Amino acid sequence: MEAFGLLVHGFAVLLTWKTLVLMMVGLVLGIFVGVLPGLGGPNGVAILLPLTFTMDPTSAIVMLSCIYWGALFGGAITSILFNIPGEAWSVATTFDGYPMAQQGRAAEALTAAFTSSFIGSLVAVLLITFLAPMISSFALKFGPPEFFAVYLLTFCSFVGLGREAKHKTVISMSLGLLLAGVGMDTVSGQLRMTFGTAELLRGISFLVAVIGLFGISEILLTMEERLALRGHAASISLRVVLGVWKDLPKYWVTLLRSSFIGCWLGITPGGAIAASFMGYNLAKRFAKDPESFGKGRIEGVFAPETAAHASGTAALLPMLALGIPGSGTAAILLGGLMVWGLNPGPLLFVEHKDFVWGLIASMYLGNVVGLVLVLTTVPIFASILRVPFAAVAPMIVVSCAIGAYAIQNAMFDIWLMLGFGVVGYVFKKIGIPLAPLTLALVLGNRAEDAFRLSMIGAGGDLKVFWSNGLVGSITTLAIVLLFWPVLDRLLGHLTWARR
Amino acid sequence: MRIPVKAVGAVAAMLLTTPALAGWEPTKPVEIVVAAGAGGASDQMARMMQAAIQKNSLMKQPIVVSLKGGASGAEALMYMKSSEGDPNKVLIAYSLIYMLPLSAKIPFNWRELTPVSVVALDQFVLWDNSAGPKTVKEFVAAAKAASAPFKMGGTGSKREDHVLTVFLEQKTGAKFSYLPYKSGGEAATQLVGNHTESNVNNPSENLEVWRAGQVRPLCVFDKERISYTTKVTDTQSWADIPTCKEEGVDVQYLMLRAMFLPGKVTAEQQAFYVELFHKVTQTAEFKDYMEKQALKPIFLTGKDMVQFLEEDDAVNKSLMTEAGFVAK
Repeated sequence: MEAFGLLVHGFAVLLTWKTLVLMMVGLVLGIFVGVLPGLGGPNGVAILLPLTFTMDPTSAIVMLSCIYWGALFGGAITSILFNIPGEAWSVATTFDGYPMAQQGRAAEALTAAFTSSFIGSLVAVLLITFLAPMISSFALKFGPPEFFAVYLLTFCSFVGLGREAKHKTVISMSLGLLLAGVGMDTVSGQLRMTFGTAELLRGISFLVAVIGLFGISEILLTMEERLALRGHAASISLRVVLGVWKDLPKYWVTLLRSSFIGCWLGITPGGAIAASFMGYNLAKRFAKDPESFGKGRIEGVFAPETAAHASGTAALLPMLALGIPGSGTAAILLGGLMVWGLNPGPLLFVEHKDFVWGLIASMYLGNVVGLVLVLTTVPIFASILRVPFAAVAPMIVVSCAIGAYAIQNAMFDIWLMLGFGVVGYVFKKIGIPLAPLTLALVLGNRAEDAFRLSMIGAGGDLKVFWSNGLVGSITTLAIVLLFWPVLDRLLGHLTWARR
Repeated sequence: MRIPVKAVGAVAAMLLTTPALAGWEPTKPVEIVVAAGAGGASDQMARMMQAAIQKNSLMKQPIVVSLKGGASGAEALMYMKSSEGDPNKVLIAYSLIYMLPLSAKIPFNWRELTPVSVVALDQFVLWDNSAGPKTVKEFVAAAKAASAPFKMGGTGSKREDHVLTVFLEQKTGAKFSYLPYKSGGEAATQLVGNHTESNVNNPSENLEVWRAGQVRPLCVFDKERISYTTKVTDTQSWADIPTCKEEGVDVQYLMLRAMFLPGKVTAEQQAFYVELFHKVTQTAEFKDYMEKQALKPIFLTGKDMVQFLEEDDAVNKSLMTEAGFVAK
C-alpha cells in the first residue's frame, strides 16, 4: 500500500533526537496553555509561532502540532476539576466530568478524558493516513447550502435530543444567536447592534462568554454555598487507570460513534465544538437511562472527548489539502506553513512529501507520548483540588480575567466576562441550559452567512437545501432530529397499538 | 600590519554609513497589526516581514504579528486610531482604509494616522473554473446566456471585489450574483468546488489552485500585464495573463499595501520605520515574496506617499459612489 510506505518514510524523517526533544517540549507547553482558561490552543500556538522561524519546516510543524495535541489534552483538565472549559470543545466534557470530580472520581474522569482523546485522535490520524487524497475532493463538494445544512443539523440535534425542557433550550439558543449577530455583518457589510461603540465592533468573543458563563458563575455559586470546596482530593494510581481501561470495551459503540462524528465534522469544517456536543447528545440519546447523564457518568466524558479530538485532528486534513482551516488553531498553523514557504493545497502532498508524512507520523508519535505524559502528570493537576477553595477561587478569577483580556488585549472584555458570569449564575438558578447559548454564539454567524449565501445563489428558493443527495439528506436528518421527541412518541404509539 | 589597517578602515566605513539620525529605536516589541484574518494576503505579508526582519536582524526588538480582523478589519482601524502616540504599532493597510468609513460609517480617517510607506500594489484577476469558458469573450457570452445569473465569489461586501463585480456588470452588460465570503481562500475553494462560476481574487489567493490546474485566469485588471515571466504552472507565467482591456473589458483596479503608524508619533519615530521598511523591501525574502504573489513593486514615502494616498482615496471614493455602496 502506497500510504503505508510513505508513512514509514515519514517515521524515518521524524526519528531523530532533535525532533523527539522538540516533541516533548511542545507537548508540555501545549498542556500548560490548554490548562489556562482563555489562553488555549490557538493563542498558545500563535505566541510560540515566531520561535519556529529559524527551524526547518518539518521540525517546526512537529513542535507546533505537539503544542496543539498538548492543548487538546490539557483542555480537559480544567473542565473536569473546575468546571471551566479551557477550550471551547471542552464545554461538553464539563457536563459529566465535573460531577464526577465532585463525587471524588476526578482521577477516573481525567483518565477517561485522556484515553478517549487518544482514541479519537488515533482514529482520525488513521483516516488521514489512508484517505488524504480522496477526502480533499469530498470537501470541495461543500458549498453554502451544505454548510448551512451541517449547522442546522447541529442546532436541531441540540433541541431534539437535549435532556432539558425544549423551550428552555430554545430560549438559550435564541439568546446566543442574537449575541452572535453583534458586529460586522459579512453579507451586507454593515454594522449591527454595536450602538455606536468601538468596543462592540468586533462582536462578542465566544471565549469571553464561555469564561464568564462557566467559570465566573461557578465561583459565584460556590461562594453562595459558603466556600465549600466541591470535589474531593483525588489520587490517581495505576489501578484507577487500568480500571478505566478494563471497562473500555463496554463503551465501544460510544467511542466508535463519537470518532465517526468527529472525523466527519473535522473534515467538513463543522469543527470540534459542534462535534463534542453532538457526540455527547447522541451518546445520551442512545443510552438506556438518559437521566443518569449530567450526574457523573463516565460515558458522558468519553463521548465528547473522543469526538472533539477526532475532529481537532481531522481538521488538519482540509487545512493541508485545501488551505481551509477547520479550527482556530489550524488557521494559525496555516499561517505558519506559509512563513516556511509551504503553500497548502492539493500539490503540497506531491511536492513536499517529507513534510506532509513527517507531520502525519508526528501525529501518531505525539499522541502516544502525550498520553503517557498526561497520565503520569495527572497527580500534579489533581492535587490542585486539595488546595482550600478560599485560596483557589481568587486564582481562578484572576486567571479567567487574564484569559479574557489576552484574547484581544481589551479591558472591555473583562467587564463583558463578569457580565456573562452574572448571566450564567442566573441561568443556572432558573434551570436554563448554558450550552445552547454557547453553541449558537459560535456557530450562529457562520450558519447565518451560509444561509444567506445559499439564498443569494438560489434566488431565494428554499428548495436549494434539497437540491442534491448530500445536502438533502443532511437537511432531512436535521428536521427529523428536531422533531425526534414527537416522532419517538408517535412510533411508540404505533408499535403499542399493533400489539 | 595590513590587517589592523583594514580593520580600522572597516570600522571607519561602518561609522560613516551609520545614519546620523539613529536617535530613536523601539524599546518594546513591535506589533504589526493585520486588518484581516489568519492566512489572508495581509497576514501572509506581515509574517513574511516578521521573518525578514528577524532573519536579517534589522531591528533589536522582537516583532509580533497581531491579527485584528474583526468586523471585516474595522477592528484594526479603530485599534490604530485609539493607539495615538504609540510608536510600537504598525498597521499593514490596504484599500479598506478608504472603503470601510464609506460603506459601514466607521468613524475613521487615514489622515489621522502617520503614513510610513507604500510597499506594494496588489493585482486583481478574473478567474473561472478550469472546466468553464476559456476566454473573457466566451465567459461574458456564457454569463449573458445563462438562465440564472453567474455567481461571483469575493471577499466581504461593498469592498474591492464587490466594486469590481459591479463595474464588470456595467462594462459587459452581463449580470452576476455576488456572494460575499469571509476570505479570499474561501472564495478560491468555492470556485474549485463549482459553487461559484468565477471570482476576482488577488493572485496570491488563487495561486495554489491555479498551479493545481483547478482554476483559469481570464484577465488582469490593470493597464499593463504583470511583469513576472517565470513559469508558475507548466505552461503559463503571470505575464501570460492578458489585461482585461486587451480583452475588451476596460476595468482597472490596483490595491495598495502600505504601512502606517498611529497618529501623533514623533518625526524621529516615523523616520525609523521609513528606514526599516525600506531595508525590508531590499531583503531577499521580500523580493521573493513579491514575485511569488505577483505583487507590483512600488516604494513611496513622505510627500509622494501622501499625494498617492489622496489620489487613491479620490479614485476609491468615486468608484464606491458610482457603485452605490456609500452608506447614507
